[in-house]
Amino acid sequence: MAKLTVNGRVHDVQVDPDTPLLWVLREQIGLTGTKYGCGVAQCGACTVHIDGQAVRACTLPVSTVAEAQKITTIEGLSPDGSHPIQKAWVALDVPQCGYCQPGMIMAAAALLAENPKPSEAEIRAGITNICRCGTYNRVLAGIQRAVSETGARG
Amino acid sequence: MKHLEASRRGFLATASAALGAFTLGFRIPEAAAQAAAGGTPEVNAWVVIHPDDRIVIRIARSEMGQGTLTGLAQLVAEELNADWSKVSAEYPTPGQNLARNRVWGNMSTGGSRGIRESHDYVRKGGAAARMMLVQAAAGNWNVPVSECRAANSVVTHEPSGRTATYGSLAAAASRLTPPTDVPLKDPKDWIIAGKPLPRLDTVEKTTGQQVYGIDLKLPGMLNAAIKDCPVFGGKVRSVDAAAIAGRPGVRKVVRVGESAVAVVAETWWQAKTALDALPIEWDEGPNAKVSSASTAEWLKEGLDAPQAAIGNRAGDARAALASAAKTVEAVYAYPHQNHATMEPMNATALWTPERCEVWTPTQNGEAALAATAEAAGLPPARCEVHKIHLGGGFGRRGAVHDWVRQAVAIARDMPGTPVKLLWSREEDMLHGLYHPVTQCKLVGGLDAQGNLTGLTMRISGQSIVASIFPQNIRDGRDPVVFQGLNPGGGEAEIGYTIPNLLIDHAMRNPHVPPGFWRGVNLNQNAIYLECFMDELAHAAGKDPLEFRRALMARHPKHRAVLDAVAERAGWGRPAAPLNGLPVFRGLAQTHGFGSYVAACAEVSVTDAGELKIHRIIAATDCGHAVNPQQIEAQVEGSFVYGLSAALYGECTVKDGRIEQENFDTYQLMRLDEMPKVETIILSSGGFWGGVGEPTIAVAAPAVLNAIFAATGKRIRTLPLKHHDLRRA
Repeated sequence: MAKLTVNGRVHDVQVDPDTPLLWVLREQIGLTGTKYGCGVAQCGACTVHIDGQAVRACTLPVSTVAEAQKITTIEGLSPDGSHPIQKAWVALDVPQCGYCQPGMIMAAAALLAENPKPSEAEIRAGITNICRCGTYNRVLAGIQRAVSETGARG
Repeated sequence: MKHLEASRRGFLATASAALGAFTLGFRIPEAAAQAAAGGTPEVNAWVVIHPDDRIVIRIARSEMGQGTLTGLAQLVAEELNADWSKVSAEYPTPGQNLARNRVWGNMSTGGSRGIRESHDYVRKGGAAARMMLVQAAAGNWNVPVSECRAANSVVTHEPSGRTATYGSLAAAASRLTPPTDVPLKDPKDWIIAGKPLPRLDTVEKTTGQQVYGIDLKLPGMLNAAIKDCPVFGGKVRSVDAAAIAGRPGVRKVVRVGESAVAVVAETWWQAKTALDALPIEWDEGPNAKVSSASTAEWLKEGLDAPQAAIGNRAGDARAALASAAKTVEAVYAYPHQNHATMEPMNATALWTPERCEVWTPTQNGEAALAATAEAAGLPPARCEVHKIHLGGGFGRRGAVHDWVRQAVAIARDMPGTPVKLLWSREEDMLHGLYHPVTQCKLVGGLDAQGNLTGLTMRISGQSIVASIFPQNIRDGRDPVVFQGLNPGGGEAEIGYTIPNLLIDHAMRNPHVPPGFWRGVNLNQNAIYLECFMDELAHAAGKDPLEFRRALMARHPKHRAVLDAVAERAGWGRPAAPLNGLPVFRGLAQTHGFGSYVAACAEVSVTDAGELKIHRIIAATDCGHAVNPQQIEAQVEGSFVYGLSAALYGECTVKDGRIEQENFDTYQLMRLDEMPKVETIILSSGGFWGGVGEPTIAVAAPAVLNAIFAATGKRIRTLPLKHHDLRRA
């Protein structure tokens, strides 16, 4: 039995302690926005936030996450898709197939939380998720747009 | 059993060698009865209009990221004169298509054909619906149709100013006889099509709400993981199912065909870990000794083999080479590569003795239905496939539905229980339908003035068609292998007039199964030809652009895209240095999937041999541009796919199996390496070309030619990661 705090709600899950957080989110809690891509922490499709940090959930045993730690998935990033990254993504039509995008958006949101005004080089180095459709240039532009929009607001 | 017989015959594919085109058709027996609309407020098969004016447009092709859902909806909405803000889209099912005499036509989504092969009939679907709505309004008002106009989902009687919304007219319109003469708009009058409208499917893809096949959950559903023999052609010798019997959640071990074993459990993670713990002995079969090296030797022999199928011939190339002032010779090679869709293969199947249903991401719903019916042992009319947006397709999910057959076979072992089969990434890497492996020997002859007088191009290697549609091989000739090299036809023709030319193919089919991999044979053919054109230009002491242009007088559309990228790049003037390093350019052009494409790459290489691709300028002439923003997105993405392949893409074979099992050993391009891409869309009109694939083919040769300019090194084998790029 593990207790997990996901998107502000505490869940009791009955699961083998070695089960990766990804599969607990998808199969026990029913949050399927977080995706499986490789299972070896290479592609980043499974990226979630734990206490605000981007984490690849596919290799993280659920037993290593404490109840006090706040897990945020794509479903909980904003109540209505209004996170600056999500808004920029919609404005620039970033996704193609979209499968990697929840992980991409979570990685981008964590990058901005840590570094509100990243340079182009910092964005290129900081986003290491794989997208096979090839949305990278729009991902870059989307992050830059979110930076300028939040800057303009703040 | 007529249906079953027909489905066993499977695909009927036709390859039109004369046209240089290939089309894949799938014939499903015509259902006797046309299904009634069943209460759906559909005006016709393509257009459903609800009383509150919401419009649902039916899209037969699959959305896998390429934007076809939005583009096709734009074409229908344009002719419908719809209010675009009220438009959404849905898939009809393959079963409905079967029951309604294929009213939605071909569901296959590959070969960049989504729009270019259905634009005519989907536009007619929209136009016919508009005409029926106008007629319904005119009937209500008892006025001549000629006095009524439709715009923005409203019909107006112009003399009186009366109006009626589409929603109020749809029911009456649906009862009218569809018109037979349906004129279409001139594209210059388009207001919805041809515009860079946002995609219809973006918002869901930014909130995690988009449901993919992997996300599906049905009541009572179990989950399955599978392992197929890692050596292609091998079988299962034995399985010790008792060894995992007590593991949590495990329900059953299922033998799938002769070569695979699946574990069914409550969750996929339980199934996957139990499968990893399951002792399986393989009979590796006849291919257990094959390696990449042994395949390369075999292909090398084909480069000079006497027997080869001819793809393009003019004059007497061998005589021209014999009398040339100078000859240039080179051998190139292209490796196996995996599609590596981000979403691994998956299907959910529910089987009973009476009926079988499958939910799956597929590029071809009708082929998925045929695979379902065959695996289920049921006629297609008692099966159904529910299409789901794909987490990447790239050709992997189109022609062969191996994963659907497996899912149905597993579900057949558990009647009445829905089972979701999901492949692990490792299974996906080990059981792909790989980019065909080929080698190519080119010999060119130059006269004393450096003009190209003769060219031979011998391709040796794998044929996708021989593996997947063997009925289309005639006299040992695979017409698709010559993509981009054909003498004419409008689909994929060579852009140069070479007086003495011989392009032929010595087929050599290794045991690794090939598939249609985004860009297909255009990928390697463009590298072979465009890099060799650069070699010839260099040997002739001529500028690569001018050398090409001299051969392109009869190919103005090819030349126009090449000129467009050269002009934008400032070809002929040195590029400005970046980060203290000189920047060098390379060119490539080709024609494929009906579109003309060219690229100019700008690269720098450090003294340590580190490559940086700074900028790519790409031009596409696809005739009519239905959504310029989506075309740009496809072009940008094409460089990721093509450059991933060029930089890293390689599946090697050892002991009969693929060595790269995951993304740690099958590296893919990421954001840090992504160049700027500037897209030029030349919509010259008069034809409809595809955009999902052609640009991939110019990515690698443009970069390879730029690398030569930077380093003096000719790279003739991929991937680039194996090469030392320090200056020669």
